[in-house]
This record gives sequence, C-alpha cells and structure tokens, in this order.
Amino acid sequence: MSLDKATVRKIAYLARIRVPDDALDGLARELNHIIGWVEQLNEVDTTGVEPMASVVDIRLPKRADEVSDGGIAGEVLKNAPEPVVAPGADGGFFAVPKVVE
Amino acid sequence: MTALTGLSIAAVRDGLAERDFTALELAREHLRSIEKARHLNAFITETPEIALARAKESDARRAKGKALGPMDGVPIAIKDLFCTASVPTTAGSHILDGFTPTYESTVTAKLKAAGAVMLGKTNMDEFAMGSSNMTSYHGPVKNPWRPKGREKRDKNLVPGGSSGGSAAAVAAGLAPAAIGTDTGGSIRQPASFCGIVGMKPTYGRCSRWGIVAFASSLDQAGPFARSVEDTAILLAAMAGHDPKDSTSAPVAVPDFQAALKKSAKGLKVGIPKEYTMDGMPAAIDALWKRGVAWMQAQGAECREVSLPHTAYALPTYYIVAPAEASSNLARYDGVRFGLRVDEGGTLDEMYAATRGEGFGAEVRRRVLIGTYVLSAGYYDAYYLKAQKVRALIAEDFRKAFEAVDVLLTPTAPSAAFAIGDKMDDPVAMYLNDVFTVPASLAGLPAISLPAGLDADGLPLGLHLIAKPFDEETLFRAAAALEEACSFDAHPPGFGGSP
Repeated sequence: MSLDKATVRKIAYLARIRVPDDALDGLARELNHIIGWVEQLNEVDTTGVEPMASVVDIRLPKRADEVSDGGIAGEVLKNAPEPVVAPGADGGFFAVPKVVE
Repeated sequence: MTALTGLSIAAVRDGLAERDFTALELAREHLRSIEKARHLNAFITETPEIALARAKESDARRAKGKALGPMDGVPIAIKDLFCTASVPTTAGSHILDGFTPTYESTVTAKLKAAGAVMLGKTNMDEFAMGSSNMTSYHGPVKNPWRPKGREKRDKNLVPGGSSGGSAAAVAAGLAPAAIGTDTGGSIRQPASFCGIVGMKPTYGRCSRWGIVAFASSLDQAGPFARSVEDTAILLAAMAGHDPKDSTSAPVAVPDFQAALKKSAKGLKVGIPKEYTMDGMPAAIDALWKRGVAWMQAQGAECREVSLPHTAYALPTYYIVAPAEASSNLARYDGVRFGLRVDEGGTLDEMYAATRGEGFGAEVRRRVLIGTYVLSAGYYDAYYLKAQKVRALIAEDFRKAFEAVDVLLTPTAPSAAFAIGDKMDDPVAMYLNDVFTVPASLAGLPAISLPAGLDADGLPLGLHLIAKPFDEETLFRAAAALEEACSFDAHPPGFGGSP
C-alpha cells in the first residue's frame, strides 16, 4: 500500500496536525518509507494467533465506589493557556475559540 | 576527579553514615560539576534550590537520629518525562511550554520519600521518541565520551536516546545515578553509548502514574548508575505497586541487593542466534563472544537458543508504539495546558495550528503513522497484524525461558555515532533499538552494562534479559558479568577532572 498526497492530507486532518501543502509530498515519501518497511510483517503467518494488547495478565483491579479525588479546580486550571474564572461559579473554565454561533 | 562526584550510591551511603561528608557537601559538589558541564546540555532544568533544601533536610534528619530512607542524601537526576510538582516538565517538547505540574509522579514521590536529592530534570528526545536525543526541542545532548584519534577528536557524539541527558549526566559524573524511561530501549541504548549501567524493569514493576505517556503498553521507568549494585539500590526505591496505575503489578519488591551476592554458578545463559545484524561492527560480535566466555568463567552454562521472530520485533514496535502514541498525544490540544497557537480561527484550526507548531518532525511522523494504522480500512492490516506478531515474539521468549534463566545479547548494533548522523533516514535511526525492542514487546526485565571499548575508545554494552518479575536473576547474572569484564573506564572530564 502506498500513501498518496490526499491520504496524508486526510490523516493529518484526523490527527489535527497542520501540514503546509508544500510539505505534503516530502511527508508522503517519509511515511511511505516507514510503512513499506513495516509491511515485512506480512511475511509472518499469524493464522489463529490471538492479538496481544498487553503483557500483563491481570484483571483490572476494582476499588470501592467512593470519592477519592476532586475539589481542586484551581490546580486543574493552573496551567491553562487562557483560563476563565467566572464570577460566582464554583470553579473556572477553560477558554476556547467560539464553537456555537 | 573531585572525591565526591565519582562515588557510587553505595559509597555515598557509607560516607554519609560515617560522617565523612554531608549531603549538603555532596549536593554542592554535584551542582558545581553540572555547572561546569553545561556544554553537554544534559539538563533542561537545573533545580539547585530544591537540591540544597533536600540535602539540608537529609543532614538534619541524620543529625537528629531520625529514620533515614534508602536513598537519604543521595543526589539524583530525573528525566524530564516525570512530572515533578512546581518544577517545569517539558518531555523535551515545545508543546509543553510553560507546563508546571501541580502533582508529583509516583516514582519521583517514592524517591523523594526515600530521601533522594533531586539535582535537576534531564534532556531527552521529544516525548521519548528517538535514539539519539536529537529530537529534543531543547537541543541535542553531547556524549561526554570522545573518539580516540586526531581526525575524530573534534566530533561530538550523541549520548543515545531517548534518556540521553540522564545517561550523559551519570557518565560525566554530574550525578551518581539518574532515572529514565524505556519504551523500546530508551534506557539501555543510551547506557551502552555512555558506558554506564541502565536497567529496564519488568512492565508493571514501577508505577507509570505521573510519567508523560508515550506508548502505555511498553513504557517503564528504570535506573541508570555506574554499577549494577547501584541500579539495584535505586530500583528498590522506585518499584512497587501503585493503586493509581492499574497496570502496576500487585507483587512484593524483593531484596535486589541480596541477589547480587549469589554466584552465577549453574546459571543457564541463552545466546539467541538471531541477535545479529548486517553491517554490525566486528568489535560488537567479538565483545558478545567475550561475554559468553566471561559468563562461563563465572560458572554459568551457555547454550544457543532461538527466538525465530526477532527480525519482526522492530517493525512490530513501529506499528504498536506510534498507534499508542497517536492516542496518548491527542491530549495536547492547546486547551488545558502548554502551548496554544490561536490565529483567531475555529477550535479545530486552533488544535491543528497548536499541534503543527508544538510537535517536532519525529513526533509528527509517529502520530501520523499511528493515526494511519488505526484508521478505518487499515486497522486489521497493520495494527491487528502487529499485535498478533507481538504475541508470537512473547511466545518465543516464553519457550526460550523453559530452557534458560537469562539471555545474553549485545545492547546496540553500534557505538555512539556523531551528532547529526542518521537524521535523514528514520528507519536507519530505528535500527538502533533492534536488540532492545524485543524484550520491550514481551514486557521483560533487561539490563545493559558496559563491557568494553571499541577501537575508537568508545564504550560498548552487553545486554541481559530475564523472565517477567525475575529481576533478581537478572541482577545476579549482571553482577557476575560486571565482575568478569571489570570495566572501569571514564570519559574525559569525569566528575570535573581536567
């Protein structure tokens, strides 16, 4: 399989990474080089093999359904590039460009 | 060499106990050596105020006869991937500009509780993606080692990566020990390039909580030091179950130091015949053979084993790790922390502008590869296929460990190379991790120790791999190998020497 310019543009959009148009060809070449190299996995017969997602063979632990965290809105907002602390609200907000007209 | 900057953790602990010197003197000497070695660019953030304060606290505890931790007064360097409260944490990336965690990672919190004295945050490849420290937004790190020979002397070498700053700091005598993280070789390969010991524990041995995530099914924290014993001491202070990381294993931490005292007599060492590569320098093959002879001289039995899927480990890794990274790095969107690039457009445009500017070339490449292999229509062909091959690689190890206790291989297919080399070919750079990645995919503990110098006078490492949660056997074998090869070389300028 080979990635063309349109595919690279599409995955860059999916990944929300801005790539200038004049960089798409170079990027497509680089990604094709890597994808072409990983395709050697097609030589391996994996019939009947269960995919392995994790090396740890443990069941996810459960804990009591109790509040163990929270009440730290100030800390959560501390690193915000543009925090908005609304007067009277019980905490602040993260400011983002307008999404609803 | 000043006396205090060349000491092992074990010697530091003894010296502090004997009142030969104070933790404050130790911290000051190491801070001075860091200042003198700033040209190496090993640190992104130096934390002298924290170091001096913690050293004074340690001295006060000792003076008052209070309980002391296993690392009390010992200076250490921290890879800038561990979140540290009130100290900027960059992960080597532009996109975390201005980020100062309000919380402490479990591993650094444990080290603090053990009395360790943080000297600073070390340089690294951006988001731990790299094998040369060249992808850091904060610039490359220089390896303190210099090649012999007039024409080569002026070449600066890479320290390896991604934990390049931690490895360079320990090799140069700026810290007796450091911590790093290893996803596909990011502790072991730089340890080999810098002539020190670097160890990746079993996946699940150390908590990942508070470590900036790269590939969550592979990332593990581990120690760097100048002896096997020191890595055992440091690991004991880092390891243990943590309810905040659901993949951290609820198993007890054994006495790693006790394991070092056991002889290697009767230990079964497997030599995987597939661990060789076209164009690998003869010096590495020769060192590997010497390693076999050294282990035999220590009473171990060496035999050839086969890990048939070894050649497929690296391509498997370069599907699995970018896939996980593309998901983990989705959080860097300019909304809640770090860099924001807002040109007055839509929210989507702000995301894309922030990530386009905030991520470096290698991170962008891996996020795009990861996005591609997880996208509709390609998931089965790439991601699912890689997960199946990963299962076969893990099975190879499981079978090999039915017959042997540890595996002995080279750590890396070359010695340290020049800064700037391999930058035009990502796949050539990826090949650095050809011998370290298989153990990562299987979640196994592994260690690199310096075993010799090549013709240019550069260090080369040997690599041991053990069964899951059998760090004791790993340390036992490593201590025997360390004793047999008696490597005691240091780079020029070690610990502030001229």
